[in-house]
Amino acid sequence: MTGAVIDAVDIVKFLGRGAGEVQALRGVSLSLNGGELVLLMGPSGSGKTTLLSILGCLMTPTRGIVRVRGQPVAGADPEELAKLRRDNIGFIFQSYHLFPTLTAEDNVRLTLDVRGQRSRRASKAAREALAMVGLSHKIKAFPLELSGGEQQRVAIARAIVGNASVILADEPTGALDTQNGQAIMTLLAEIAKDPSRGVLVVTHDPRILPFANRVVHIEDGRIVSEESGGTAKRVWKS
Amino acid sequence: MPLKFRLASRNLFHDRLRFIATIVGIVFSIVLVTVQMGLYVGFGRMVTTMIDHSPADLWIMPIGTKCFEDPSLLDDRQRFRALAVNGVVEAAPVIIGYAQWRLPSGTTTPVFVVGSELRGLGLPPWDLVAGRIDDLSIPGAVAVDQTYFERLGITGTGATAEIRDLKVQVMAVTKGIRAFTTTPYAFTGLDRARAYTGISPDKASYLLVRVAPGSDVDGVRRQLRANLADVEVLTASEFGNRSRSFWLFGTGAGAALFGGAVLGIIVGTVIVAQTLYSSTKDHLDEFATLRAIGSSGAYIYTVIIWQALLSAVIGFAGAAGIGAIVVAMTAESALPVIVTPALSVGLFVLTVIMCVASAIAAIMQVMRIDPALVFTR
Repeated sequence: MTGAVIDAVDIVKFLGRGAGEVQALRGVSLSLNGGELVLLMGPSGSGKTTLLSILGCLMTPTRGIVRVRGQPVAGADPEELAKLRRDNIGFIFQSYHLFPTLTAEDNVRLTLDVRGQRSRRASKAAREALAMVGLSHKIKAFPLELSGGEQQRVAIARAIVGNASVILADEPTGALDTQNGQAIMTLLAEIAKDPSRGVLVVTHDPRILPFANRVVHIEDGRIVSEESGGTAKRVWKS
Repeated sequence: MPLKFRLASRNLFHDRLRFIATIVGIVFSIVLVTVQMGLYVGFGRMVTTMIDHSPADLWIMPIGTKCFEDPSLLDDRQRFRALAVNGVVEAAPVIIGYAQWRLPSGTTTPVFVVGSELRGLGLPPWDLVAGRIDDLSIPGAVAVDQTYFERLGITGTGATAEIRDLKVQVMAVTKGIRAFTTTPYAFTGLDRARAYTGISPDKASYLLVRVAPGSDVDGVRRQLRANLADVEVLTASEFGNRSRSFWLFGTGAGAALFGGAVLGIIVGTVIVAQTLYSSTKDHLDEFATLRAIGSSGAYIYTVIIWQALLSAVIGFAGAAGIGAIVVAMTAESALPVIVTPALSVGLFVLTVIMCVASAIAAIMQVMRIDPALVFTR
């Protein structure tokens, strides 16, 4: 493992306004190192998605510091945040969020296209990423022609094709059966072996615990425990 | 094709029913604008057709003459004063006036008599499809346009009728000389025109002036203004503009045409805006995903504007096809729709502007997208 590819320090986030305002995060600190696969677990409403959004530079915290590869993101405007995302962060969503009118190859190539990479090399990189996830035979298939597991593989290829140093996955196995879920987690674990990349997975699924280097539990907007993968040693936090 | 353009076109074509509705909206909007503007161009040409076909350098007319069809009269002595001005080679009288064309059956219809010298400086008919100019020198000979055969109760040369109880015979037929007032022109010689309109021999409606080659037209005009009392001296271009301005704006006809065109533009803009807005709304998750994976605002706006441009090009192509049919169908009518190359280019630019402006609502919606919603959908 190498240093932190992303870290968050003492993050506080309020959501909503007026009487509807709620405190979603109450001083959360979390870092993700290169070569590490971290699971973020917690019940519904615990703040997982809010934390993931803040780590992914999709949302700014009310208070606290977020650094992507050591670079603080405070004060960045929406366009600067978008640039941080396209240069550093790859996303994998529970419902895949593939573009139904584009082929698998084009869906993957989109990550490079938004960076302005439109040469033949971009197409080649997209095909290589699809080959890495075992879909070289489906590059011209549209999402509706693919199974759920295959669609999630395309989403993984889209997340890794730009060599993002941070991969954030939101319930990547949530819509898949056991076999496909195992396959997807095996892929993510492989990706996390790259010391320049860290993978953070938000999940409810206890079956994927064996893939984690570290498991972080969050409740009521606070990190309540961390345990190391494999040792399964649980360290309760106050 | 760049990926963002492919994404835009597939988003557009994905929902075929909505796409067809958009294109139909654009087509009818642009056809409406084309017809209105084509009529405007057609009117503009028709109201100046006599002026445009005259070889005169200058027109002398009574003060306050609004248009070619304005039946005011000049004293014929002005002609000799004009001829006395240095640089004036010729000053030819023209007679115009409304008269009643009586068919052998006894029914009447108004005609607009245009009389001038048939040779030299004057307003003889052009685009003859039957007969010759010389045939009009026969007493009672007139030339009429074939567009008005039915109105005049004739079928071609040799037909007879009466104007002011004087026998007239159609000796020549023109093609395409139509009047904005829809009253048929009847071309004839100067003396017969006076007889048909009741204008006395010492009067004329206009004096057409030819300036000696190499003379300064403006200088001659200044001299004419100084020497002739109670007249205006205009170049053909100035008189054309005045006529056009009177008919199109003085009568409200131009405002009605422009009003129809503006209505077409508004309808088209609203239709395209509504379609792009609902299309964007349907693809909001995709735009949020694009934003999440780091696309710039400009990238997303390009996708939406490309959709608008595609709609514009396809819609314009359809409108151009229908417009061409309308132009062909009205070419021989009394009120032709004329689409010039410049008007075609203008209409295309208008279509593009209309469609791109329509994208603003969609872009504003995308600007409000929270990329974090990718985790909640």
